[in-house]
Amino acid sequence: MSFLLTAVLVLGLTGLLLGLVLYAVSRKFKVEEDPRVGQITELLPGANCGGCGFPGCAAFAEACVKSESMDGIKCSVCKSEVMQQIAAITGHAVEVGVAKVAVVRCAGSCANRPRINLYDGAKSCAAAALMNGGETGCFFGCLGCGDCVRACKFDAIHMNPETGIPVVEQDKCTACGACAKACPRMIIELRNKNKLDRRVFVSCVNKDKGPVAKKACSVACIGCGKCVKACPFEAITLDSNLAYIDFEKCRLCRKCVDECPQHTIQAVNFPPKKMASPSESQQQVPASENSVEQLKAEI
Amino acid sequence: MNTFKIGGVHPEPNKLSAGKKIETLALPNQAVFPLSQHIGAPAVPCVQKGDQVLVGTRIADAGGFMSSPIHSSVSGKVSRIDSVVDASGFRKPAIFIDVDGDEWEPDIDRTDTLALLCTLSREEILDRIRNAGVVGMGGACFPTHVKLSPPKDCNIDVLIVNAVECEPYLTSDHMLMLEHSDEIIVGVRILLKVLGIDRAVIGIEENKADAIQLMQSKTSMVSGIEIMPLKMKYPQGGEKQLIEAVTGRQVPPPPALPANVGCVVQNVGTVFAVYEAVQKKKPLIERIVTVTGKSVKNPCNLKVRLGTPVSQLIEYAGGMPEDTGKLISGGPMMGRPLLDDKAPVVKGTSGILMIPEADAVRRAERNCIRCAKCVQACPMGLEPYLLATASEAGDWATAEENWIMSCIECGCCQSTCPSRRPLLDWVRLAKNRVGGIIRARNTKK
Amino acid sequence: MAQKLYITTSPHVHCGDTIERNMRTVIWALVPAFIASVIVFGAGALIVTATSVASCLFFEWFITRFLLKRPSTLSDGSAIITGILLAFNLPSNIPLYMIVMGALVAIGIGKMVFGGLGNNPFNPALVGRVFLLISFPARMTSWPVPHQMAAYADAVTGATPLNLIGQIVGGNTAAADQLPGLKDLFLGNIGGCLGEVSALALLIGFVILLWRKVITWHIPVTILATVTVLTGIMWLINPVLYVNPLYHLCAGGLMLGAIFMATDYVTSPMTAKGMVWYGIGIGILTVIIRYFGSYPEGMSFAILIMNAVVPLINNWCKPKRFGEAAK
Repeated sequence: MSFLLTAVLVLGLTGLLLGLVLYAVSRKFKVEEDPRVGQITELLPGANCGGCGFPGCAAFAEACVKSESMDGIKCSVCKSEVMQQIAAITGHAVEVGVAKVAVVRCAGSCANRPRINLYDGAKSCAAAALMNGGETGCFFGCLGCGDCVRACKFDAIHMNPETGIPVVEQDKCTACGACAKACPRMIIELRNKNKLDRRVFVSCVNKDKGPVAKKACSVACIGCGKCVKACPFEAITLDSNLAYIDFEKCRLCRKCVDECPQHTIQAVNFPPKKMASPSESQQQVPASENSVEQLKAEI
Repeated sequence: MNTFKIGGVHPEPNKLSAGKKIETLALPNQAVFPLSQHIGAPAVPCVQKGDQVLVGTRIADAGGFMSSPIHSSVSGKVSRIDSVVDASGFRKPAIFIDVDGDEWEPDIDRTDTLALLCTLSREEILDRIRNAGVVGMGGACFPTHVKLSPPKDCNIDVLIVNAVECEPYLTSDHMLMLEHSDEIIVGVRILLKVLGIDRAVIGIEENKADAIQLMQSKTSMVSGIEIMPLKMKYPQGGEKQLIEAVTGRQVPPPPALPANVGCVVQNVGTVFAVYEAVQKKKPLIERIVTVTGKSVKNPCNLKVRLGTPVSQLIEYAGGMPEDTGKLISGGPMMGRPLLDDKAPVVKGTSGILMIPEADAVRRAERNCIRCAKCVQACPMGLEPYLLATASEAGDWATAEENWIMSCIECGCCQSTCPSRRPLLDWVRLAKNRVGGIIRARNTKK
Repeated sequence: MAQKLYITTSPHVHCGDTIERNMRTVIWALVPAFIASVIVFGAGALIVTATSVASCLFFEWFITRFLLKRPSTLSDGSAIITGILLAFNLPSNIPLYMIVMGALVAIGIGKMVFGGLGNNPFNPALVGRVFLLISFPARMTSWPVPHQMAAYADAVTGATPLNLIGQIVGGNTAAADQLPGLKDLFLGNIGGCLGEVSALALLIGFVILLWRKVITWHIPVTILATVTVLTGIMWLINPVLYVNPLYHLCAGGLMLGAIFMATDYVTSPMTAKGMVWYGIGIGILTVIIRYFGSYPEGMSFAILIMNAVVPLINNWCKPKRFGEAAK
């Protein structure tokens, strides 16, 4: 009996002693944290995507509480209501940004842009881009190794095996910009989401002279400048053989789309127009109600 | 026999064109001169479309101190200034010249007589080297006049001539030594004069016994020039490895230079170009190129005017074999792949190598089995497996901590990996990124 | 130009080495030890090895095919080696179901749960062996005496040299008289696990591995040297209680472990310096367990413990960088 008692006593006392030590330590080294940081962290998506520029959601929450104003501090993933809630907690006014979405500006699918070489190295766009111009005659377009897909924390961008070009699922895309940062060719751009997700953009980043670009890819921008003249809002600029549509100025009139001889300018999520000729209708974008499948098919 | 201490591999030598006399290739119909054939700022064109040029006419000026001028290797008319996909794999600006004869600039000495005496001063020699557009002919194309002007605080005591040619297949330096040994020795003496020192060591790997013997007999009467046979091991031709093999000194990690340990290394081809530039006033307009490959009909060493399209060289060697899977400018360990055969020969083209498809296609990569063969092979004492994993994960900090900037991209790691991992692809990516980070940090300071 | 050219960065050639080639060489290096075990233990050796290899191959195939749903990795040969090494660590009279269980643990828990070859922190064969050793201590520590060619489960068992050494340390100095001669110990004319009996056959395997450049000398040599030094010191202190270090070198699984198990690519350190520390650690732990532990043999535990330390060793022991001294 006595040995049983000894064991219980020894273990009990040890437990009690250690408990006291733990208590003392926890009191002595207690970290005072602003309760608001916890509240904000709970509101945030928790994906730690880094789109805000801070290392993770917790760091973002801390920055919200510590800084004087919310200028430049914005979670691109959160909806504006959530940002308003955060603003309510911190007491700073928050600017409501325009919703954006990642847009892949390359249409150089296997059919449009024939492969003239075969890349056999490490499966990374960044590594491939360092070495040379890639497998096709176009040294600006998509390399197709999928760095953007690996960068996406929200499963919103995938490779289309038929075209070899990534497709953004606009419903899942939070415009955190990770894919745009990962792309060594800077093909992916964050553009305004606009009403009904309608967008008009130049689906090419090739800066080569017209003949060179055209030889490499059948839907490359050749820098002819017709779209610039067609645009009534001065939204289109031409820089080193490449047209660019400023999404702040664009009013989605689609005059440029009809004008482009290379069918490089794409208009997505518009209802079908009355077709002028059947040949044009193939290039025209079909109607869509934000359906991902249709978006995939058209890009 | 000397060699470097850490790592190294023994790839199959495959010197198919060894002993083949240097032949002169016919003039091309059109010559193309990319404006960046060297490390540093690209050259600036100084001719215009329609201008008539002669062989040796300067067509582009150096774009700064760390740059080099470019001369026409043909006589004819500038047809356009446009862009061309060169050996780097990118589209670069270039000058196109339509050839209509072979008229040389009058002050170039075209005779073969050996010009022994050099009475020029150090500055005059340097000027001639710079104006002739001489760059390192081993492949890196570092402007030679920059290398010959080491920082003031460095005490240079030895000139090392790199005649190692450790890359498999290539034989251009070997043949150059056999056919132009006298010129090379004069070139070495000119370089010694420029550097103001009296000791030069010519390092030659033991597999070139005839070259070692010939050079030894020619230098036995010349004081200050020593021929050092070296044990065969790749990458002995790497600047740092060669310095260690010859002198036993190790160059500290970047940004230290060979000059910090008192050495200047020049490729044997560069020495020959220096001789021609100084004694014959002939700018760098032609070079020896090895055209080779396992299935090539007639592997050969050709004297080629710069700007000649690669297809013409391949034609001379018997055409591109049916089974070619890869076309490489340079050697198999460090050469760059060509996208097609239209690229022009540039200052750094030491060889044109055609690899059969069976050897060219990489095998599927497997898990790293941690066999440590890459660590044993690395001549810089790095851990390629660790650097590659860090690069794959985008962990640039780990890569930097583990000395990634010391990597010389020799390819030993990847060529030994039993899991066939593309180690060097990843390491190169990380090196590029870490280099960018370091530069950004330095400018911030 | 008709053909499409491949484009990759350098290097464009490869020395031709593959995982399969390395594994094949290891299998060839194990052949002398296998022949020795058949000569010593006869039918039992054949049955145990065949069962172990077959079940390792089966589990590897089953797991990749049905659980991981990946392409088969059977062809890389690592499962065969795990099978052979597991068999070499078992007594020749062990029941078949135990071998199958050991193989399942070795392949399943030792390797595949971590993601297959290359990711396992512990030597798979040793994980299987230690599992069996702890689960069935009696069967795992009774070894048949040599030269019962036709016997399998019914083989007569007897004490191994390590048992005797343990008894001597325990105070039974009379056991020293039963110790076999050094020549028998070296050639393998003793009881024990299948593969460990013949030091000579294992050394032949070591030479093959070194000659084909599959392993470097660092790990085996440092383990053997450490054990020799430590047991030598104890022998010098008290030659009655502690036996000659040569006995320790040839007895038990020391040779097998040092040459084939500790040098496993995946679970050993990456640098020469690290390998030396790893070898010293294994040597020290082996001697401690042999003399002061409750099991007569400490090799497998020593290797597994040091396996766990390998990531730390890799972190601490960096290769000598080029130009480091000059800095």
